Amino acid sequence: MSHDAQVYVKSETEFNYIKQKRRKDMRGQITTFAIMIFFTLIAFTAVAADFSKYLIAPVILLLAVVQVILQLFYFMHMSEKNHNVPMYFLFVGAFFGFITILTFLTIIWWG
Amino acid sequence: MSSIAQKKGFGATLWDYLTTVDHKKIAVMYLIAGGLFFVIGGIEAMLIRIQLAKPDNDFVSAGLFNEIITMHGTTMIFLAAMPILFGFMNAVMPLQIGARDVAFPFLNSLGFWLFLFGGIFLNLSWFMGGAPDAGWTSYASLSLASPGHGIDFYAIGLQIAGAGTYIGGINFLVTIINMRAPGMTYMRMPLMTWTTFVASALILFAFPPLTIGLFFLILDRMFGGNFFDHTMGGNTIIWEHLFWIFGHPEVYILILPAFGIFSEIFAIFARKRLFGYSSMVFATVLIGFLGFMVWAHHMFTVGLGPTANAIFAVATMAIAVPTGMKIFNWLLTIWGGSIKVTVPMLYALAFIPSFVAGGVTGVMQGAAPLDYQLHDSYFIVAHFHYVIVGGVVLAILAALHLYWPLMFNQMLSEKLGKWTFWFFFIGFHMTFFIQHFLGLMGMPRRVFTFGADQGWDLFNLISSVGAFFMAAGVIILVVNIIITAVKNVPVGNDPWEDGRTLEWAIPQPVPFYNFKQTPLVRGLDTFWIEKQEGNKEGMTYAEPLSDIHMPNNSFIPFMMTVGLFIAGFGALYNGEKEWAVPVLVLGLAITVASMAVRSVKDDHGFHIHKEDLMNEKGGK
Repeated sequence: MSHDAQVYVKSETEFNYIKQKRRKDMRGQITTFAIMIFFTLIAFTAVAADFSKYLIAPVILLLAVVQVILQLFYFMHMSEKNHNVPMYFLFVGAFFGFITILTFLTIIWWG
Repeated sequence: MSSIAQKKGFGATLWDYLTTVDHKKIAVMYLIAGGLFFVIGGIEAMLIRIQLAKPDNDFVSAGLFNEIITMHGTTMIFLAAMPILFGFMNAVMPLQIGARDVAFPFLNSLGFWLFLFGGIFLNLSWFMGGAPDAGWTSYASLSLASPGHGIDFYAIGLQIAGAGTYIGGINFLVTIINMRAPGMTYMRMPLMTWTTFVASALILFAFPPLTIGLFFLILDRMFGGNFFDHTMGGNTIIWEHLFWIFGHPEVYILILPAFGIFSEIFAIFARKRLFGYSSMVFATVLIGFLGFMVWAHHMFTVGLGPTANAIFAVATMAIAVPTGMKIFNWLLTIWGGSIKVTVPMLYALAFIPSFVAGGVTGVMQGAAPLDYQLHDSYFIVAHFHYVIVGGVVLAILAALHLYWPLMFNQMLSEKLGKWTFWFFFIGFHMTFFIQHFLGLMGMPRRVFTFGADQGWDLFNLISSVGAFFMAAGVIILVVNIIITAVKNVPVGNDPWEDGRTLEWAIPQPVPFYNFKQTPLVRGLDTFWIEKQEGNKEGMTYAEPLSDIHMPNNSFIPFMMTVGLFIAGFGALYNGEKEWAVPVLVLGLAITVASMAVRSVKDDHGFHIHKEDLMNEKGGK
């Protein structure tokens, strides 16, 4: 929906606020990135160090879940405002997916 | 294009429709294409009833009968009911929320063409070696064994049409989330918009399992896969699960918009605010949510074990609660209203007892032990026709009368409409009520004939006679449409005189940009509020008159679809004809090239200037 063109001039305070906010966001992103690299290192090390299969698999799966959450909230900006609807849809979808997998496991493959 | 009607040549009109991205024109195309498939599916239904009218009939052969029942089910669900509802959603929803178009007009057009070409592909099977014959559920244990190419047409056709539906669903979701007019909060959205929203969410989550299932089927049948072949380590039950994880939400995708249409009708013609609006919204969302937890009730007799059966039985019965809430809300909307019995209202009044009957038999089948008795009998056939015809088809016929003046600025004849209604309504109950008893007497579904000594003769004959009543009703409707179109008497906005929501406030014929100025929504039933306050224009505006940005028409969606259509034939004849792989590659190349053109070419649309709007002339 278009309107007549307008030029909006930011005030000094607004400018400083946005600058500060962006700096904070950047810090969050870089921290998350570092954590993710670290997770990858843990995963590779666990395999390279020849730990038991029953230790490696759960650890990697756990790390994967944490990674997905970090990915969504920091890199895909789900932590920001106005993301309630996509977040709701995502969780509902994940829930339906989970039920499907659970049913397949319990009544097709184990049963 | 202009808001003032101009005479155009046939070629120009055709080109306009082939390239249009306007939600109102796409709605008309959905309606026409869906209507056409509805007639084809109806003819198939008549053939079924003629064959079953008397015992030991040989009107059609057993094999042909299987093809007819399969195509009847598939056509009615995927190519008639859903597209017609999509047509009404397209026509009404953007107007109800005060939007100038859907969020992605280009994708809207792509969705339509994918549906149409998928449907054509599926129906071409009749002329190219036989239609699919494993039932609309196409269970893998049966469909993998089916000779010929019928099932291949089913799998590829539905894959193409399904992609279109999926695109449409996402489009509606984004539109409703992002493009509501100022003041149109979620809890002020009319029920038609709410049900469109929830049905689209169901499409979003339900279609991926179908897509996966169909791809498995395509791979198994055409490319040497073994997903469903137990001798090669596959599992045939997986198809049933995937199909019903999609299939159960699918029936709610059909019925929720029907609920939305009836909610509008009850409020308009009882001339009362919808009773219990917020509980209606809650019930709609809850039905949508629970719809994903119950699919295995279609598979009670597969042998899932008592625990699984019990869980799914309880979940199934839980759905009766929000549905019951809706029924009572509708009754209480009529209660004490100043009722006007027009054709849409007749359908709405008839819907309540018909749908409740279907719901009650649904709960009966939800009881797993009883389902062992009812499974695969005509009782099931009676049940789902009661909910789909008694719910969805009545809603479609009601909406056709209700929204006809909105879409075409003409009024369908009330007199002929009432004839249609009575023929259809009586025929419907005559056809399907008695099928409950046929089921209880032991007649299995999907049999092509029965013996004279089985005691089913009379009931089957009555059922067949009812089908002819329904056909007569539909023929009267077609006559009604033709007469109305030829007379072409403009009726203006708010022809029912009691319109409550924004779509009735727009001047007729609806300008292609919908709203000159975006309206300000001040409550539920916006138009009603404005009328009560004596606002002659019917709208309060949220913005001053300014330039309107509109999208350009595009031929690319059509080309993308043609590519997939051609590729479908390549996949179908893979390993059998020499030209199969080149055709597959060629088709995909056309699609990819079209996508590339779309990506590379800048298309910024155009502006309708303020001055033109003031002179009542559109741009372009």
